[in-house]
Amino acid sequence: MGGRTTAGLAGRAGQSGEHDKGATLANRQAEIVLSLQGITKRFGPLVANDGLDLTLHRGEILALLGENGAGKTTLMNILFGHYVQDEGSVRVADQILPPGSPGAALAAGVGMVHQHFALAENLSGLDNIRLGTEPLMRLGASRAARRKIERIIAESGLEVDLDRRVAALTVGEKQRVEILKALYRDVRVLILDEPTAVLTPQEAEGLFTVLRRLAANGLGVIFISHKLGEVLAVSHRIAVLRAGRKAGELLTAQADRRAIADLMVGKAVAEVRRSAPTPGKALVEFRKVSLARGVARAPLTDASFTLRRGEIVGIAGVSGNGQAAIAALLSGLAVPSSGQVLLDGTPITSANPRALVAAGVARMPEDRQHDGVVGTMSIADNIALEEVRGKPFARFGLLDRKAMRARANAAIAAYDIRCPGSDTEARLLSGGNAQKLILARVLEREPRLILANQPTRGLDIGAQSEIHRRLIAARDRGAAVLVISEDLDELFALADRLLVVHAGQVSDAGPSAALDRGSVGLLMAGQSITAPLGVPA
Amino acid sequence: MSFRLEPRTHTSLRLKLAVSLLAALVALLVVAVPVLLAGGNPFSAYGLIVQGAFGSPFALSETLNRATPLILTGLAAAVAFRARLWNIGAEGQLYIGALAAVLVGSGLLAIPAPLLIPAVMIAGFLAGGLMMVVPTILKQRFGADEVVITLLLNFVVILFVQLLIEGPLKDPLAMGWPQSVPLLAEARFDKLVPRLRMHWGLVVGLAAALLLWLMVRKTVLGFEIKAVGENQAAARFAGIPVHRTMLKVALMSGGLAGLAGVGEVAGVKFYLSSDLSPGFGYSGIVVAMLAGLSPIGTVFAALFVAAVFVGADSMSRATGISNYLADLVVALSLLCVLVGSFFLRFRVRYQRPALVGGR
Amino acid sequence: MEVLLDIFASANFWAAAVRIATPLIFGVLGALLCERAGVLNLGIEGIFVAGAMAGWIAVYLGAGLWGGVLVAALAGAAFGLLHALLTVILGLSQHVSGIGITLLATSVSYFTYRTALPSVTSPPRITPFQPVAIPGLSDLPFIGPALFAQTPLSWLAFALVALLAFVLYRTPLGLAIRAVGDNPGAVEAQGLSVRALRIGAVVAGSALMALGGAFLTLSAFDAFFFGMVNGRGWICIALVVFASWQPGKALLGALLFGAFDAFQIRLQAEIGQIVPGQVFLMLPYLLSILALVLVARRADYPRALLQPWFKGQRH
Repeated sequence: MGGRTTAGLAGRAGQSGEHDKGATLANRQAEIVLSLQGITKRFGPLVANDGLDLTLHRGEILALLGENGAGKTTLMNILFGHYVQDEGSVRVADQILPPGSPGAALAAGVGMVHQHFALAENLSGLDNIRLGTEPLMRLGASRAARRKIERIIAESGLEVDLDRRVAALTVGEKQRVEILKALYRDVRVLILDEPTAVLTPQEAEGLFTVLRRLAANGLGVIFISHKLGEVLAVSHRIAVLRAGRKAGELLTAQADRRAIADLMVGKAVAEVRRSAPTPGKALVEFRKVSLARGVARAPLTDASFTLRRGEIVGIAGVSGNGQAAIAALLSGLAVPSSGQVLLDGTPITSANPRALVAAGVARMPEDRQHDGVVGTMSIADNIALEEVRGKPFARFGLLDRKAMRARANAAIAAYDIRCPGSDTEARLLSGGNAQKLILARVLEREPRLILANQPTRGLDIGAQSEIHRRLIAARDRGAAVLVISEDLDELFALADRLLVVHAGQVSDAGPSAALDRGSVGLLMAGQSITAPLGVPA
Repeated sequence: MSFRLEPRTHTSLRLKLAVSLLAALVALLVVAVPVLLAGGNPFSAYGLIVQGAFGSPFALSETLNRATPLILTGLAAAVAFRARLWNIGAEGQLYIGALAAVLVGSGLLAIPAPLLIPAVMIAGFLAGGLMMVVPTILKQRFGADEVVITLLLNFVVILFVQLLIEGPLKDPLAMGWPQSVPLLAEARFDKLVPRLRMHWGLVVGLAAALLLWLMVRKTVLGFEIKAVGENQAAARFAGIPVHRTMLKVALMSGGLAGLAGVGEVAGVKFYLSSDLSPGFGYSGIVVAMLAGLSPIGTVFAALFVAAVFVGADSMSRATGISNYLADLVVALSLLCVLVGSFFLRFRVRYQRPALVGGR
Repeated sequence: MEVLLDIFASANFWAAAVRIATPLIFGVLGALLCERAGVLNLGIEGIFVAGAMAGWIAVYLGAGLWGGVLVAALAGAAFGLLHALLTVILGLSQHVSGIGITLLATSVSYFTYRTALPSVTSPPRITPFQPVAIPGLSDLPFIGPALFAQTPLSWLAFALVALLAFVLYRTPLGLAIRAVGDNPGAVEAQGLSVRALRIGAVVAGSALMALGGAFLTLSAFDAFFFGMVNGRGWICIALVVFASWQPGKALLGALLFGAFDAFQIRLQAEIGQIVPGQVFLMLPYLLSILALVLVARRADYPRALLQPWFKGQRH
């Protein structure tokens, strides 16, 4: 690599670990390392970015805030050369980047940490960092590479075992490898796309410390997020995107929480109202349930809890701590390796999704594109998917297409699924509409139990509140609802009671009204709450 | 200047037909090169191929006769590929089906004469089906790739057939030729037209195509097969028994290939030998792909491939150009239709270069 | 029992084992290289035929033996390039494209052979590679003739195992190839070209496969026969899984397979009166199936195998 030093990392390491709001004004005068001008990107009729301008200074943390679908990720993919913009230019330092070339962006000193890590899992952390940095035809491995990475680790505090296969690293460690990849290339600009989505609140705080230190040493950081709280905590300046345009830009020090929220959404957010629950009899009971790893990514150990009719229970936890196991058990994809799952007093003894559906369980899968719909089949087919063998969709093994279409048309109207018609292939639906399709499929039967796994992940606020409203309505009708979500805001908005999973253990955190984020965060990190609950919300 | 690809939201039947026809046409045009290199005249070669395939009642009968097993192996590939089950073992399944036909229909078992033809067909179907069910179970149980296993089984089956026709099943009246005892007269398929070789196997093939079309379009099983093939995870989540559905597909697929073997023994040769099939199993893959995996399309694709083979044989006798030309056409058709499938998925759009530069 | 001892104690047996293993080594290495980059190449069976035919006919028409080897490699590379265009650039089904390449390469080879030699009754012959004796080592009792009296192509196969292992594990290029078969997104994000790496690997891998075919006509035999490849390509595809995509294990797998095949041939000579010959001929295929079934669950498939990649795609 070239002669640039890592943004002065060596010289001033450790000088400033504090969040120094006073530095923001100084940064305004600092040199501009990145400027985007008039970026426009269309996907068919959709305008994802509409004439966006953005500048980033040396040593500055700029937060790019916006709802899902506001165009944040598209913008960053243009900046990094994954997409080619229709109009506009990207300038790094003094140089205009050729569009559509990640190589050029890298060479100009732009590094990007994706939401989904771009790591080869069969290689070690060290090899992932080295990948693409050395001439391909060179013989032998470089020792200098390891020395340089170790130096960066020492200076930045990004501890990670370099020789371990990435497949064996935790999510937090993988993220550190991603950041190291960028730093190793002496980047001037580091982009992080929703970096905290996979972290506990405490881990996220650790990341913020690292980012502040890097910025203090001269790195420009763009921090993409839709979470207002963390943006206020870490950034110097905030740019708010809405519907592909810049809705506003302001210094964090002068920011007002309410004003930013309005900028983001563009209209006053209608809070979904939730009346007090009136829990009835127990419907689902987990009795010391264990499920070995293999069926789900992470095991579940001795989990005991109860769901009652007429209440919404939320499961909080960092992804991969046993949520998938609970979901698999209640979806009919697995039976416990030990213990019992009782549904209305009867143990579930065989992994049979059909039987659960017949018993009145509505299941919304975590990954709706992967598990929820068959993309190349029509909306009508997907509505019928769970019940295609029985009435009204089939007789004597023959399909009744008319009945399928009729049900689909009713669902399209009732759930406001935006599509040309019931013959439309499901792959052409947006995320929100695909989720509404699934909702229509499972709620039609007035289920007793609803398993909603990440029900609003990746959806815009409109679809989100619509889905929340439906779930709350189902609860008020007397259904038991289990919501699994990584979004604490969602859980606090929806759930009457919270359970927390960590390392396969389930603990009951109690009524959500009596909880704050900090204490739930501690449980998510595997610590028990020892009074007093001192972590601020 | 640049081009951009856009996924299609809808693929019309007309477009699918156009792609298949174009693929066949391009394959035929490309082989003009080897014809020229072999010192022939492409135009007269094409003429001779067409004449050899359709030029007389005899030629037409030969083409239909050749198409009969191809319809069945084509359907075998089509039904499996629809479910993303990669059955490349139709060749072996064909031989096993033929073997079962001989075992049941040559008088080794005492079966009443009127039941012989149904018995022969059922035996062939089940034997071929089992030959595909086993690799499918190995895939489900052990995660073993069915492609390689079915490919390797083709060799095993042909050796097994050789073993039997040189041993216990050998016809003592065949003057030392390695061939099996013949089928009883009551177990043989009748000719469709006197003095021409076309036989009732063709009707079996056409009926199979029709039934499969109905299955795909109208039945719950067809629906479930589609769901399993297009998105196994979602099908499983929705409660469709993925493994059982796959086994049904395997049975159908292998069974159809087995029936192709039955047809060759009961309709054409009347005995089993190790040159029963000149690669009908492999050509079936091409037939299915040319047909866009459509059961009805399979019939037409099989006719095309059969015509190329029969026509090329006759062209070869007249000009001395090797009849491997037919294999060349068939292989090229497969690759062309594969390329064509790209244009079924994407629309190519001309795009002005992106505006670069500041304001 | 005595029969078995006799077989294992004969230097001849071990020499045959290496001879049988050699084409498989080329084939497994080629398939391994393609699959490490994320591309299954079922064209292997046809590429073997093309390599056998092209190499042989080049020598028959007057090229030197090494000239024939080069021609074979080029023929393999050409078919590999076609497979790469279809599967890497257009992202089409690797299964179907591979089968298509096999059908095409086979029919091109047969057509060419028939056209070049229209009226031969018995296949014409060439003078194939002769064993090279290594002074000193070849004179060792027992091991000498077995291991140190092979033809140059066997030596080339062994050398290529070492070379491929070195490239894969010790060079930045190998690092990139291993990465592109696991997560093309990671490779693209680091500024490398997924397409170039994959196309390169498939072309080089296909050239290696063709060398396996060339060994058959230029070293093991001295003529080209129809059907002479006889499933060797498919066996290589099974062996790659067995070898966990590692060159060292690929060598071991091919040698084990060679030893087994040599053994069954000799066993056939001993007890062929009792057991029909076809049973022995079936064994290699059944053994490959068995190997595949046994290791399949534990197999550490390259994660991106069979997955097409389009530029700018994320997952």
